Amino acid sequence: MTKEEALFTYLLRRADDTLILGHRLSEWCGHGPILEEDIALTNLSLDLIGQCTSYFQYAAQIEGKGRTEDDLAFLRIEKDYVNCLMVEQPNGDFGKTITRQFFYDVYHKLLLEALVNSKDEQLSAIAEKSLKEVKYHLRHSSEWMIRLGDGTEESHERMQNAVDDISRFIDELFYKDQVDEMLIKEGIIPDSADFRAAYDAYVTEVLEEATLQLPEKMWQLSGGRKGVHSEHLGYLLAELQYMQRTYPNMEW
Amino acid sequence: MTTISAAEIWGFLEDVKDPEVPVLSVVDLGVVRDVKLREQNKWEVVITPTYSGCPAMQVIEKGIIERLNEEGLEVNVTTVLSPAWTTDWMSEAGREKLRAYGIAPPEDEVDKSVLFAKPTVIPCPNCGSKNTKMVSQFGSTACKAHYKCLNCLEPFDYFKCLR
Repeated sequence: MTKEEALFTYLLRRADDTLILGHRLSEWCGHGPILEEDIALTNLSLDLIGQCTSYFQYAAQIEGKGRTEDDLAFLRIEKDYVNCLMVEQPNGDFGKTITRQFFYDVYHKLLLEALVNSKDEQLSAIAEKSLKEVKYHLRHSSEWMIRLGDGTEESHERMQNAVDDISRFIDELFYKDQVDEMLIKEGIIPDSADFRAAYDAYVTEVLEEATLQLPEKMWQLSGGRKGVHSEHLGYLLAELQYMQRTYPNMEW
Repeated sequence: MTTISAAEIWGFLEDVKDPEVPVLSVVDLGVVRDVKLREQNKWEVVITPTYSGCPAMQVIEKGIIERLNEEGLEVNVTTVLSPAWTTDWMSEAGREKLRAYGIAPPEDEVDKSVLFAKPTVIPCPNCGSKNTKMVSQFGSTACKAHYKCLNCLEPFDYFKCLR
């Protein structure tokens, strides 16, 4: 594996996380519990889709095979997507969507803060840009965790169920293989182990405030980074790719 | 052939408006970062997006090309991400235009990582009252938050601070 190949794979992992999570959030359009939250969730979606465009453009350039960002986003098969499993989980109720968002936002912000120092100028620029947006995302999801966790009996129970469910996907966020090892050595990406403690500390702080608890250590699921996904991704891609598959090369 | 200066190009760019906030030019917004002469009558305009997913950027790029083509100039628009755009780059004139249009311009804000931080007081662009309330951090576009004035009771957009 060359450095370019590793960087290409890494960029796809960043791009796919933001694309799939952005798509999930877009499913809320017109279905939010209140108008303001409908708008908030689709705003988050727009930021994430914008960020994935930057990653895909850069990935296409690094690959140098003439594929465009649209080819990468819309025309790969399921096993070629390398997003983490957390972001492809279904929306569930509003509480579950917020919980998924919270667990990802904490990671996303810490990752971007470290990625700003990348020796790769373009990756650093994308991180710097995205970080400003993700700070808003994290505040939004943290505040809702507390509001709903420490809310009514009903909201508390729903949030605790969501925490039990989504926390199975936390360890995968910190997954590392030879792609990461090579890029860490080159100073292109940070070692995610370096901010694991900060992740756990922030999560614990907010959950305590929210009167919620992480479950006793339970089985952690992984596979997304290698293209092994939960059953949910296939259905998501069927919708995401529909237009490009049905009307190849269509634009608007 | 007459020579055109970079200052004149900046002047032409004043005519290119943000499609979502049409009182602001791309210069007022701080989206235009540089104007460079490449060769005789061939210019390069460097822009940066406000937000990663801002759908206005493609329209802005097209607007810049069209405006300079009108002057018989060829132009190439390039996009840079770093340094990342901040509302601090918005011109004073731009802030005034926003207010007159009914959108509250960006104010100094507390650190976005502070949970349940008391939102910064944003004066109502319609009546000037400071008795306003944030309805949602997320508004009609990525760059705006939604507020309401408790004095004149009008809802209004606030162009949120991005740093």
